[in-house]
Amino acid sequence: MNDQPLARVDNLYKQFGTLQAVRGLDFQIMPGDVLGFLGCNGAGKTTTMAMLAGVLAPDQGAISIAGHDLLTAPVQARAQLGYLPEIPPLYPELCVHDYLHFCARLRRIPRAQIARAVAAACERCDLGAVGARLLGNLSKGYRQRVGIAQAIVHNPQLVILDEPTSGLDPAQTVALRDLITTLGKDQAVILSTHNLAEVQATCNRLLILHQGSLRLDSALPGPGNKAAAGGRIYRLVFIRPPDPQILAQLDPRATLIEVQGNEASMRLADDTPGASPVLERLLGALTEQAWGLAEIGPRGNALENLFMRLTCGQEQESAS
Amino acid sequence: MSAALIIARQEWRSLFASPLAWSLLALVQFVLGVFFFLTQLDVFLEKQSELVSMNSSFGITAFVASPLYEAASVLLMVVMPLISMRSIAGERRGATLPLLLSSPISMSAIVAGKFLALLGFAALLCALISLMPISLVLAGTVDPGLLAAASLSLWLLSASYAAVGLYISSLTSQPVLAAAGSFGVLATLAMLRHASNSGTGPVSDVLTYLSLNLHGAALLRGVVNSTDLVYFGLFIAGFLIFTVRRLDALRTHG
Repeated sequence: MNDQPLARVDNLYKQFGTLQAVRGLDFQIMPGDVLGFLGCNGAGKTTTMAMLAGVLAPDQGAISIAGHDLLTAPVQARAQLGYLPEIPPLYPELCVHDYLHFCARLRRIPRAQIARAVAAACERCDLGAVGARLLGNLSKGYRQRVGIAQAIVHNPQLVILDEPTSGLDPAQTVALRDLITTLGKDQAVILSTHNLAEVQATCNRLLILHQGSLRLDSALPGPGNKAAAGGRIYRLVFIRPPDPQILAQLDPRATLIEVQGNEASMRLADDTPGASPVLERLLGALTEQAWGLAEIGPRGNALENLFMRLTCGQEQESAS
Repeated sequence: MSAALIIARQEWRSLFASPLAWSLLALVQFVLGVFFFLTQLDVFLEKQSELVSMNSSFGITAFVASPLYEAASVLLMVVMPLISMRSIAGERRGATLPLLLSSPISMSAIVAGKFLALLGFAALLCALISLMPISLVLAGTVDPGLLAAASLSLWLLSASYAAVGLYISSLTSQPVLAAAGSFGVLATLAMLRHASNSGTGPVSDVLTYLSLNLHGAALLRGVVNSTDLVYFGLFIAGFLIFTVRRLDALRTHG
């Protein structure tokens, strides 16, 4: 595998009216990357993906794909990518087979290879049974799969999938994971999702976006990688509402994230499951209070905690 | 296959996958056939002896075909916007535009392809309409030159309607709004000729000159003027360039 980046994103900016959707994004995509895009709603994921796909022009900054600049050599650059937008771009009056043929022609596959390419895409996305059906009559899961098939029919070097698992049933989700893993062997995949388990299962690199800028770009931390996770978030339930001020000062290594009625979230630094001195100290301190601790337990996994810490959780933290 | 032809083929297929195109073709044939062709033929048969006795230069082609094409040029002002309305507005509404924009084809190829499909539909429509006067060959002598010029005029007019329709279709994501808007623009362009009749001076002259139907009128009578052909060429090219610019702007503003 060579060291030449497949795609290069330099200092990307995009504004819609008064909303600054993307501000100063910089990253590179290497062959073999399966890149998970995470962020809250409105973090700029879809905008960034649309710009990478050439559908949206950035206000500032440059994108190059396989060495071709998307602005100055758009046709050569776009020949290297497959894009599944948030809503699959399907023509309801076409049948699956005709639609994929059209997509193959659009992507300039030589005429002699079109039939083979369409058959391969159908097989990879398990569409054999619906080939003759009209797109307008397909269920959501099938429409999504046709959308994925059109993105990979020309075997592009970079596959951009905006929420590929939406509308898929669990079995199809597992099949899609396998497909993405296969694609990641010699191509690169970017996918956005709200499902953190999805990212853990398929991606080998993680980008976290928040309010249009990059918060994290790293190889994906494993579930037990506590250094990257930066502690663990616990959920506490009390019988009587706790006093947030006292709760926040119980232990220097336990940070209060939020209090809502009888419930609170706290982040415990240096937490080791099963043997946490911070947790022990905190529990001791809590028994001295009159709130009546009813329940305590870890909230979510490491990735969730990381996500919360870098994005939405931070907002809540600064608000409290 | 060139990129524009790929788009044109898909557009053509989508057009005929819906009943709209078929219904419009049938409607145009019916309206023109019954209300113009047959009635005009009746009038001609009544007046035939009179025309012969006057040694008039009016033949069957001028008497029957010219009013038919005249009527068709007005009818197509309604029909072409209905055909062109979905070209780009439909893609925007169905969220299929990203497929075209992320494919390795240029913006001008997309617009050219869409326009080619509309041009093909216009050609089909003109051919079907021309079948009526051509059928007169069975009963008498027709003037092929006049017929050819009139068909060309009708085709150029509908191509201009299509170019306007394509541009208006890129302005909105509501196909019906696009149809109404295109009809409004075409009607205004046709009215210019009448509106400017009342006035005199350079403004009136310019308005008259801009009128689409004025340039078609000479052709409809069988007078092929290179000025008119250039006018149509520029008119169509102008609106196609507007459409490309508009799509570029859509890419910038989302």
